[in-house]
Amino acid sequence: MIDMAVVELSRLQFALTALYHFLFVPLTLGLSFILVITESVYVITDRPIWRDVTRFWGKLFGINFVLGVATGLTMEFEFGTNWAYYSHYVGDIFGAPLAIEGLMAFFLEATFVGLMFFGWDRLSKRGHLLTTIMVAVGSNLSALWILIANGWMQHPTGAVFNPETMRMEVSNFKDVIFNPVAQAKFVHTVSAGYVCASVFVLGVSCYYLLRGRHIELAKRSFTVAAAFGLASSLSVVVLGDESGYALTDNQQMKLAAMEAMWETDKAPAGLALFGIPSNSAHETAYEIKIPYVLGLIATRSLSGEVTGIIPLVERADHRIRTGILAYDAVEKLKVNPRDLVAREAWERNKNDLGYALLLKRFVADPRLADDATIDKAAWSTVPNVPALFFMFRIMAGLGFFLIVFFATAFAFSVRRRFDRKWFLRLAVIAMPAPWIAIEVGWAVAEFGRQPWAVEGVLPTFLGASSLTTTQIWATIFGFTALYSIMAVIEVKLMFSAIRHGPDRYEPYEGGPALEHASRQSSSSTFTAIPAE
Amino acid sequence: MSIPFDYETMRLIWWALMGVLLIGFALTDGFDLGSAALLPFVGRTDAERRMVINAIGPTWEGNQVWFILGGGAIFAAWPFVYAVSFSGFYLAMFLVLCAFILRPVGFKYRSKRPDPAWRARWDWALFVGGFVPALVFGVAVGNVLQGVPFRLDSDLRSFYEGSLLGLFSPFALLAGLVSVAMLVLHGAGWLTLKLEDGPVRDRAQRYGQVAALAAFVLYALGGVWLAMGDIGYRVAGVAEAGGPSNPRMTETVHAAGAWLANYGAHPWMILAPLLGLAGPLVALVGIRGRKDAVVFAGSSMANLGIIASVGLSMFPFILPSSIDARSSLLAWNASSSHTTLFIMLLVTAVLLPIVLAYTAWAYKVMFGRITEREVNLNPDFY
Repeated sequence: MIDMAVVELSRLQFALTALYHFLFVPLTLGLSFILVITESVYVITDRPIWRDVTRFWGKLFGINFVLGVATGLTMEFEFGTNWAYYSHYVGDIFGAPLAIEGLMAFFLEATFVGLMFFGWDRLSKRGHLLTTIMVAVGSNLSALWILIANGWMQHPTGAVFNPETMRMEVSNFKDVIFNPVAQAKFVHTVSAGYVCASVFVLGVSCYYLLRGRHIELAKRSFTVAAAFGLASSLSVVVLGDESGYALTDNQQMKLAAMEAMWETDKAPAGLALFGIPSNSAHETAYEIKIPYVLGLIATRSLSGEVTGIIPLVERADHRIRTGILAYDAVEKLKVNPRDLVAREAWERNKNDLGYALLLKRFVADPRLADDATIDKAAWSTVPNVPALFFMFRIMAGLGFFLIVFFATAFAFSVRRRFDRKWFLRLAVIAMPAPWIAIEVGWAVAEFGRQPWAVEGVLPTFLGASSLTTTQIWATIFGFTALYSIMAVIEVKLMFSAIRHGPDRYEPYEGGPALEHASRQSSSSTFTAIPAE
Repeated sequence: MSIPFDYETMRLIWWALMGVLLIGFALTDGFDLGSAALLPFVGRTDAERRMVINAIGPTWEGNQVWFILGGGAIFAAWPFVYAVSFSGFYLAMFLVLCAFILRPVGFKYRSKRPDPAWRARWDWALFVGGFVPALVFGVAVGNVLQGVPFRLDSDLRSFYEGSLLGLFSPFALLAGLVSVAMLVLHGAGWLTLKLEDGPVRDRAQRYGQVAALAAFVLYALGGVWLAMGDIGYRVAGVAEAGGPSNPRMTETVHAAGAWLANYGAHPWMILAPLLGLAGPLVALVGIRGRKDAVVFAGSSMANLGIIASVGLSMFPFILPSSIDARSSLLAWNASSSHTTLFIMLLVTAVLLPIVLAYTAWAYKVMFGRITEREVNLNPDFY
């Protein structure tokens, strides 16, 4: 039997390392494009202030980028270390986007990021701008490929189970790449990254404006961030994640859970604004609903139904029963691959094999499950409804707040009003908002996928490696300690770089004339732009 | 879509590509690891250490992607290897990851504050970030050669029955030391090319000479051990090269000396160990004769030859099981599906040349020796 403690600890570690990694990635995604914008302005206008602006945000980008890379290493190997059976079971499909991500995206961003930092005196202006663009393209391409991988877990198209190798194998790679869930996720996630960076740049700029320091840099950065942030915050919501939710049983379950919708409502369904859902009573108390809205968003029609949790559980019950037949066929094919009766039974029931595997949590051999166990397994397809219900509302609420926030910022920047103290203060206080929305959004997506690692194919609890709890505790403790130290150092360096402010750039010419002038201090050879 | 190569050929190609990746990693990131391991010893003052750091500063990040890509490509092409080895070597992998996490942070954050204690701490973190992976990779290879205590059940779930300390057998330690020597030599080779004439470069070359001798002697000793020791596996019966990827369909047996059998069957393969032995000597001659390019060429030959010889000795084995005759992973039973291998080959054929082209361009832009003067003056240096 599966050791559930190992599974839960593996999930905890994955969540911790992924959430931590994802503190740095969104800022990288967005800030890289903001650097492209400011540096383009520099190349076009040839005004040195824009170079100093770019170099200043580039410095903060570097402090953040390096931790994104360092913690990303863990992610690349964690499937193998902690989710070995998952890696075997779906590696034929899931490994490909990860490898392509390395070839297409990581090499690009990592090679050019070195030139971006070291190449200011070695490249032409356009050449340097090109390296900055490549860094932005590379980091965004990496988001594309990892979300193709993740999208496949949410909606596994283009693959079939092969009883000979006991794993899923690619049947149509195009379907894997052009997975609609992956497309929606990509747009949603990178837009969220752009919002995150815009809030960051705006917040730091407003801090300078409040203090009356580095006004030239702050106003310019404010303007760029307000425009970029407004466009991105609209894109996050409008091109949001909702579009894929009608596709599969699990995606429907996720939607129903987010809305705490137990029964199927008459079309078009209403959107719950508030309520207190209960996982055990299968109902939502104190519900306030806006009529029609959910049906319109989720099905893009007036007639489409949004299925409730209880009917979806009934559907799962049925699929588990078919799945048992598929499981039985696989076990027979293991013994005798030429068993034609088993082969035929397999072909008829193969789409539901994953549902039979849900039973392994309760019985070693799914074929021995009784009705009560099947009922338990069917109800195990319901994720944590109250958690999803509230987390989704936190994320969406912050999303709408940020649209209003950037609309305001944009209005001020168009009218060149950089002196509204209340807004400047708000912008500083609001800095954590996108991070909260993003981390909660990750939790909605991945909690909502439970109990599946790969929807309808492989339950999460079967995916874990055969490790001991001691081993996993050791690494959880180790990662937490190492990551905490890194977080403290990172935040301190960020703050001190922000306090220090931008520098006026004096390129290294290599000529002896410069030597005398710059010998005074070895660590920083250039002077801070005086406060205005 | 019909696939122009049969399954066996695709597996052979991907076996070779795995070698290309590992060698690509050793040739590029290898000198970063070696330089970092040398850092506290060849640089005495802060400026001297910054010379070493900036010699690898602009390019280590791209080099490190060979390691990440190694993980991704093994996942895509050899999912069994990815699953069994990383979960089996669980705590060893954790050590490597921690070391690899320290490295980027060390490069980037060390220079952010002038405080000597701060910098000294990061110097040791960088040393750990170079030395520990070099050692653990070698120890892991040693374990793979000896066979790893894992078995697969009928669902092909893997169970590992070893411990962290069990990894450090005498033979595995020898392999670890070969790896350290080879990568330190490569680091010294890179610093020889990249640093201006002066005390740091002289010290790097002195350590390089020791490393070259050590790499030669230890690697030769490893070869003797393979010939005389109780080590090696072979396939019992026939492994169907185009068969399904299910390791339980092939049987393997422990056979002393079997790792040298390929050299008898395919004499051309002997080129790899010869290269591995000649490389350190060439590097040594280069240092003695003050021919910088020869030093780096020699250390590259050493990496290429040593890694290739391990792969060729074991072929078709990738990860032999020491406790179960029906679990060993071979090139013929542990790959992805025919389709996935082919798609990934297409992707690699298109993207890898592009990667190599811009990587070469990046090295060209950063061409030239690091001087102590530039370290003190260039505001963009770490």
